[in-house]
Amino acid sequence: MKTVKSQFKFSGGVHPDYNKELARDRQIEKMPVPPELVISMSQHLGAPAKCLVKPGDFVRRGQVIGEKNGFISVLVRASADGKVKAVEKRIGPAGGKADAVILDTTARPEAPAEGESGASALAPAGGPVLPPLDWKSATREELLKRVEEAGICGMGGAGFPTAVKLNPPPGKRCEYLVLNGAECEPYLTADYRVMLERAPRIRLGVEIMRKILGGPAVRIAIEANKPEAIAAMEAAFADIEGNVEIVVLPVLYPQGSEKHQIYATVKRIVPEPPALPIDVGCVVENVGTVAAIADAVELGEPLLERVTTVSGDAVAEPKNILAPSGTKYSDLVAFCGGEKMPPAKVISGGTMMGFAVSTLEIGTTKTTSGLLLLSKDRVFQYSSHACINCGRCLRACPMGLNPALISKAVDANDVKAAEDAHVMDCIECGACSFGCPAYRTITQSCRRAKNSIRARIAAEKAKAAAAAQKK
Amino acid sequence: MKPKETAEHYILSSSPHAHANSSVSRIMLDVILALLPATAAGIWFFGLPAVWTIAVCVSTCVATEALCRLAMGRDSTIGDLSAVLTGLLLALNLPAGIPLWMAVVGSVFAIGVAKQVFGGIGMNPFNPALAARAFMLISFTGPMTTWLKPFWWKTPAAMTTATPLAAMKKLYVAECAAGATPTPDALSSLPGVSDLLLGCMPGCIGEVSAVALAIGAAYLLWRKVITWHIPVAFIATVYVYSLVAGGAPAYMQVLAGGVMIGAFFMATDYVTSPITAKGKLIFGFGCGLLCMLIRQFGSYPEGCSFAILIMNSITPLINRWTQPKPFGAAVR
Repeated sequence: MKTVKSQFKFSGGVHPDYNKELARDRQIEKMPVPPELVISMSQHLGAPAKCLVKPGDFVRRGQVIGEKNGFISVLVRASADGKVKAVEKRIGPAGGKADAVILDTTARPEAPAEGESGASALAPAGGPVLPPLDWKSATREELLKRVEEAGICGMGGAGFPTAVKLNPPPGKRCEYLVLNGAECEPYLTADYRVMLERAPRIRLGVEIMRKILGGPAVRIAIEANKPEAIAAMEAAFADIEGNVEIVVLPVLYPQGSEKHQIYATVKRIVPEPPALPIDVGCVVENVGTVAAIADAVELGEPLLERVTTVSGDAVAEPKNILAPSGTKYSDLVAFCGGEKMPPAKVISGGTMMGFAVSTLEIGTTKTTSGLLLLSKDRVFQYSSHACINCGRCLRACPMGLNPALISKAVDANDVKAAEDAHVMDCIECGACSFGCPAYRTITQSCRRAKNSIRARIAAEKAKAAAAAQKK
Repeated sequence: MKPKETAEHYILSSSPHAHANSSVSRIMLDVILALLPATAAGIWFFGLPAVWTIAVCVSTCVATEALCRLAMGRDSTIGDLSAVLTGLLLALNLPAGIPLWMAVVGSVFAIGVAKQVFGGIGMNPFNPALAARAFMLISFTGPMTTWLKPFWWKTPAAMTTATPLAAMKKLYVAECAAGATPTPDALSSLPGVSDLLLGCMPGCIGEVSAVALAIGAAYLLWRKVITWHIPVAFIATVYVYSLVAGGAPAYMQVLAGGVMIGAFFMATDYVTSPITAKGKLIFGFGCGLLCMLIRQFGSYPEGCSFAILIMNSITPLINRWTQPKPFGAAVR
């Protein structure tokens, strides 16, 4: 194991104010189970899970309440004991509505009446949800199955199902396992705290993943502004065997982007979509996800809780909270001592890629890395005006696009021109809008173009399928 | 568009939720600040007429901008300072002694015709100040080519003279055509190196002082308002061309005339120059080449503004040629 400095700097990128000092030195605090949980069936990009419970049902912590619905999908488990109050559409962290299970965690089933079977009653709590596995003797298939059963998905952002990622399609081999510890989003410190406090779990997770992936080389990518995390990883991995390197990355947003991390660590470039990292022999996993894999295998503990950074200048006491999945934002804020001042904006995630939400009555998901409450002083609000062609967006774009061109094309409703300008390559990192002196909502324009292109492709596919059926 | 507020009064908007705090008005202010040394030098050498020309151009441009937006029923844009900058740039590209009513006509043309007719900031195909200068050069050829001597008030008998470029053209192209070298006597009529650098020579108000322009240019580069591509390509082309073509010394071609102000302040105008680094290099090269072709073969002694305007017109084409390659496309 050695520590190296990344030699490969991607072009573009920006330097937002990181504001990490608010929560950086706050130890992870475990939050008690709140009285109500809102567990969304849509935990990630891809198909939402199919709900398996109905109002009135009693569920146990760890019980499967939503089953996989398609290939790019993960199952959902109840993160606490309780009674299903309702199954209804709720606003999710990304602002869209999806089915959610509302769980009353205070309710317990009445003792079964004399003579009745106790089938619906809850077994006493405690004990592992899944039988612990010995990773050394378990087969690759057993380990993969465990990752899937544990409902693990990428905890960095998009939430790609981890079992899918760890099982490359035939003909593709993982040569490098890249651990994403960059956490380049402003304010967020959840991954940082996990690296400091759960380093041995990360190491175990890496060993399990190496076994599943057939022994790839390992690159642990951390930005240079987190020396303590680098030291913690160095200590945890000091005696590991095989090709393992800690790669210190330059501080540059969006260094945490999968494609840029692959470039920074092993100098490979993922081709344009639909290519995936595995096409260049890489699998990138967030450090939190790796720790979750260790828990799922060694302890039999599915992914039921995660660390979320609650921060921003409107929060009384910013914290890194280990909370059960589905904890409402209002409960997280209350656990942080409430609001210091009225927030003007509430953001699921970080300030660069997070979603502004309209209410605190939203449950966390497996991908909720942060919750930010920003006062009026921290919220910028300007009217956008005409592009002056200054080229800042072009120089900031880490994907080498011409965002000015794309945003003008979208303004003119010319989606074709945006597509020709490779808008589908856009990773929506926000670097273009961040630096735009005309306050143009360039990232939003890219998103709009991508959505309409996706909708068109889906419509074309449906049409082709219908035509094929006619024949 | 303004993000809307919801029932709970949380502001909803698309990411990102952070901004670098840059603004169009700050950029324009930076360019205006960068022009102040050259402005001061112009006033130092040409006195009150320079002050009046600058004042008239700036105020007329701002007034025209305000009136045009009002007439079009659109939001006022004078706050972005682009009209102030256009006025200042136009004034710095005029001879100090120009009748003020002509400066007014030029300013109205710059904002009214060259900018607002196309939709205002960001939409104009040509640099407004240069378009107005070209318009004035054709409309008012005499006054636009009558040059006050630096410190003209000290020589009341002969207040005006030819520009060094005109003198050079006469000397090298007409009188020394057959390969003869100019006599030392004839050379003494041209400004020396220190006068060229400091700007003690006849010319437009803002173009004369290379040192003052270089200070401003350094500020713009430091503030990352401009990149090096256009100025370096422009000036290097002029320099290499004049080395190869012979005639007047190359440093004179760079320092006497509009190359310095053109390369750093006019050709780098965002709206009318290419957006990619490669495009900027092509643009700067084209400016330098056309400028020298006009100086050598054209009937005008100076071709800087026409060169930039011609390159403005092919900027969309250069942009099309030089679209950036996506990050992932490199490996295809």
